[in-house]
Amino acid sequence: MPKLPLFLILIPFLPFLCTSFSPENPSSRRVLVLLDDLALKSSHSVYFKSLQSRGFELDFKLADDPKIGLQRYGQYLYDGLILFCPTTDRFGGSIDLAAILDFVDSGHDLIIAADNNASDLIREIATECGVDFDEDPAAMVIDHTSYAVSETEGDHTLIASDDFIKSNVLLGSEKIEAPVLFQGIGHSLSPANSLVLKVLSASPSAYSANPKSKLSNPPSLTGSAISLVSILQARNNARILISGSLVMFSNRFFRSGVQKAGTLTKHEKSSNEQFLTELSKWVFHERGHLKAVNVQHHKDGEADEPSMYRINDDLVYSVEIYEWSGRSWEPYVADDVQVQFYMMSPYVLKNLSTDKKGRYFTAFKVPDVYGVFQFKVEYQRLGYTSLSLSKQIPVRPYRHNEYERFIPAAYPYYGAAFSMMAGFFIFTAVHLYNK
Amino acid sequence: MAALETSKETILRYAFGNVLSFFILVLIGVLAFSIRLFSVIKYESVIHEFDPYFNYRVTQYLTKNGIYDFWNWFDDRTWYPLGRVIGGTVYPGLTLTAGTIWWLLSSLNIPLSVETVCVFTAPIFSAFASWATYLLTKEVKGAGAGLTAAALLAMVPSYISRSVAGSYDNEAVAIFALIFTFYLYIKTLNTGSLFYATLNAISYFYMVCSWGGYTFIINLIPMHVLLCIVTGRYSSRLYIAYAPLVVLGTLLASLVPVVGFNAVMTSEHFASFLVFIIIHVVALVYYIKGILSPKMFKVAVTFVVSIGLVVCGAALAVLIALVASSPTKGWSGRSLSLLDPTYASKYIPIIASVSEHQPPTWPSYFMDINVLAFLVPAGIIACFLPLSDASSFVILYIVTSVYFSGVMVRLMLVLAPAACIMSGIALSAAFDVFTRSIKFQLPGATENFERDAGETSSNSVVAQNDVAKTEKNEDAVKERPSKKNRKKEKENVEKPSVKSQIKKKLLILPLEASIIAIFLLVLLGAFYVVHCVWAAAEAYSAPSIVLTSHSHDGLHVFDDFREAYAWLSHNTEVDDKVASWWDYGYQTTAMANRTVIVDNNTWNNTHIATVGTAMSSPEKAAWEIFNSLDVKYVLVVFGGLVGYPSDDINKFLWMVRIGGGVFPHIKEPDYLRDGQYRIDSQATPTMLNCLMYKLSYYRFVETDGKAFDRVRRTEIGKKYFKLTHFEEVFTTHHWMVRIYKLKPLKNRIRGRAKKSKSKASSTTSTKRIGMKKKNPWH
Repeated sequence: MPKLPLFLILIPFLPFLCTSFSPENPSSRRVLVLLDDLALKSSHSVYFKSLQSRGFELDFKLADDPKIGLQRYGQYLYDGLILFCPTTDRFGGSIDLAAILDFVDSGHDLIIAADNNASDLIREIATECGVDFDEDPAAMVIDHTSYAVSETEGDHTLIASDDFIKSNVLLGSEKIEAPVLFQGIGHSLSPANSLVLKVLSASPSAYSANPKSKLSNPPSLTGSAISLVSILQARNNARILISGSLVMFSNRFFRSGVQKAGTLTKHEKSSNEQFLTELSKWVFHERGHLKAVNVQHHKDGEADEPSMYRINDDLVYSVEIYEWSGRSWEPYVADDVQVQFYMMSPYVLKNLSTDKKGRYFTAFKVPDVYGVFQFKVEYQRLGYTSLSLSKQIPVRPYRHNEYERFIPAAYPYYGAAFSMMAGFFIFTAVHLYNK
Repeated sequence: MAALETSKETILRYAFGNVLSFFILVLIGVLAFSIRLFSVIKYESVIHEFDPYFNYRVTQYLTKNGIYDFWNWFDDRTWYPLGRVIGGTVYPGLTLTAGTIWWLLSSLNIPLSVETVCVFTAPIFSAFASWATYLLTKEVKGAGAGLTAAALLAMVPSYISRSVAGSYDNEAVAIFALIFTFYLYIKTLNTGSLFYATLNAISYFYMVCSWGGYTFIINLIPMHVLLCIVTGRYSSRLYIAYAPLVVLGTLLASLVPVVGFNAVMTSEHFASFLVFIIIHVVALVYYIKGILSPKMFKVAVTFVVSIGLVVCGAALAVLIALVASSPTKGWSGRSLSLLDPTYASKYIPIIASVSEHQPPTWPSYFMDINVLAFLVPAGIIACFLPLSDASSFVILYIVTSVYFSGVMVRLMLVLAPAACIMSGIALSAAFDVFTRSIKFQLPGATENFERDAGETSSNSVVAQNDVAKTEKNEDAVKERPSKKNRKKEKENVEKPSVKSQIKKKLLILPLEASIIAIFLLVLLGAFYVVHCVWAAAEAYSAPSIVLTSHSHDGLHVFDDFREAYAWLSHNTEVDDKVASWWDYGYQTTAMANRTVIVDNNTWNNTHIATVGTAMSSPEKAAWEIFNSLDVKYVLVVFGGLVGYPSDDINKFLWMVRIGGGVFPHIKEPDYLRDGQYRIDSQATPTMLNCLMYKLSYYRFVETDGKAFDRVRRTEIGKKYFKLTHFEEVFTTHHWMVRIYKLKPLKNRIRGRAKKSKSKASSTTSTKRIGMKKKNPWH
């Protein structure tokens, strides 16, 4: 019985419990994992364990389970989705392409692992996110120079790649020493698409083709244009990881040693675990998620925010920026945050100085132009969520009584006017009474 | 004894005439007020059209925040993101007038809303204007002409069109100020009193406060002064009438923030300064002539003239240099289009695009001043018999205003008072002649003069006329008249005398002809009254914010504008920006209280051109322009469903022209097929893909299945299309206003791969398409 009141109390909070990345209640987050085969649960257990150890509640389901669904009564049941089901061409339950895209568009995160022979559905999801897998379903990424040395001289589809993106936000501050093992399908990104990023790219000698058949036409994807692992940060800050290989998440790859062809160093352990774990931290917003709060501006020497500034006023602008560390909001420290005082174009562009406790501030003079201005902070850095703050503030010209009463330069004119008046008075007196 | 009786009789007659004319004036005021109430009775008590909404909003601000805040008001809701300094860019006369009336009434504990006061300001001031007309015409040709002119002005359609109840625009008070300024000028000219000269400057100040048309005064009066000087009518009265006006008037005018230094810097005012110099030279010449012997004077004349020429030449050179240094030669575009009627359409599309800046057509003269057009020439002739300073001014007034009205429809309003004065003079002179002929031919007419006078109003007019003349003479005698004027006054003095009685007898027409002529004149007047009442009731009382149409199944009311503005004010955020063509800017800020990008105050051509360019661009480019201006909603007016002709598609070519004037990639020929503007299947692809076409005709085919546009009387060219960057959020009942929202940027960017054709994805995709299709098509 005591459980019921507790439940009733929790009902109002249900929306908060089930929304996407929410700063209020981030400690336990539910992730749906869709698998082709429940055997993956054990073969990829190291990866899942690392997620669970960080507080994620994983819900393993078969991809064609008829009872699965992402939302119920308009509320999302999960905060993230992992698709480890490359061959599924139809999900069970209420999940379909549109449902997954809506899931992303409402700010939830997604990890997709494809493979060669990936189904059209998985390809379609990837395409909607801006990632184009090689259209040949049997194609794999082949590299005859930087393959991973193994016992059997195979067809060089097992690739050891160390061409990472250089970003501490994405891959953690610890340097990745060993190459990452990859075996699967390659994809390409449109250069015009500014939202997707290549995290792990193939070497210049790689190409994408069917390893079983003879190469008749030149391969459509070649060289470092091939991306092996890509990430996408949507405009609503939903994060997506797309990998062309499911097996790179497996325990086998996590544990195996690696030696890149042509090099002599043999690493004890591949970097797959480090690489993918760090990336999953990024995908699930444990790193690189910024929030800006407490935007304040006021006149120099005053404390209250005015509804309007006057031209040439001195003002102080401040904003607090924090980064989510996985457990709490930590002050974000950087020296490249800028504020614009903007009306169709920036009239003032200033770097904000920080007190290292999250507060960024600057002081400047309002330009000598009236109009409706905006304080704009457009902070877009690789791997970080984009901060885009704008606050409208009108700037008025001087009031009629705010001008100088007497201008020194005009004293000759004042003198002229008054001497004229005096002269006229004297002239009148003389003219009238001096006859 | 007999003399005593006649003097008693005359006193009685004067008193009777004065009382009568007082009541006539009151009735004229009532007529002027009540003929303008058709709009309230037929529709409702609302503010009309576009500009009045802005004035109304400003007045509300004034009554709420007081005069200093109004003076310094920086409005951040218009011209986003530039904003507008209302206090410095608005003619404050109307607002201050209505604000004062409201304040007076509320301090007398008469609780009226600001809107009511604003609605009725124009009718009240038209009553004042007709009284001012009486005063002016009385100064020119006596009280009879004055009363006739006042009665004519009270119901002249041209003036009614700008001053019906609800038409809360500058012209409403400005016409009164214009006529009253002219009256005070003539009064000063007739009396030579410095008191009236000062009043004249103050009245001029009120006119400057009220309307940009004040430049008409400051050019017409110098012109008249120059005319007087050239025709040898210079007098000290002329000097007193003119010099204080220029000095005080210019000082006062430069106190109005919107005029400021323009009062001494722009060419519109230079004529007055030039004449100011000339009148001083002339005054000096007359003075020297007075103190020198004729021989010495000749020497002095050559001396002064040569010196004067040099000075004038130097001043002129400086002036020309000043004027030539400014790009528009010191003239503002609107004034230039007055002098050169083709100027605006050639160089400034934004001026040419306003229909009231176009030259009028001939029928509009018959519509707006009706029979006055025939009476004006007669009035001009009457003004020459005899030609006085005052009547020469009226002649000059009518001549210039006829010219200006021929350039710009809007200035028909300036012509109307002049035409009324002229017609009043003509009618009164005609009645004078005819009634006198009847009077002298009727037996015992001289004894029964009094009775005659009371019988008909026209007779009383004549009586009044005489009264006024004698009064004026008495006034004039007190002054020290100049040589020229003395001649005129002598004539006047002689009139009532026996000599003039004999002269009058010679001007007698046959009795029958006179009676018939009077009857015809009355008939003419009756036609005029019928026409004016019709014009007031039918043509000029529509508020244009609510439209009506009569059809076989009764009256239809189109209240779409207010519906749309109400939707905006209830369903959008307070700080949202609404883009529309500038015609609807004032209404959007006043009625929906939303920020607009451009409005009817056309001070920034580039900003308007930006909106014009967006409207004439394809969807994506337009989205980018609007997004850069932080626009959330786009509003278009579309009349194709109900046949409302002044919609955005009909105004669209102006958007192209104004946009193309600043952004050359918009080219007018791209929107025309063989020089023809069309929206049917022959239209150019640029036209069919521009934003205005798409926003106007989106889903239009659903209404009747054929997409037949009732304004352009054709089926539209492109019927089925989708919007990618805009979404329809509201369309009013008769589709007259359509509001669209800018879609946000896509959350994700799709890859290049084509949609695969496998079963699984095709079923899902068709499902999606099916779902999507449902939404926009209901």
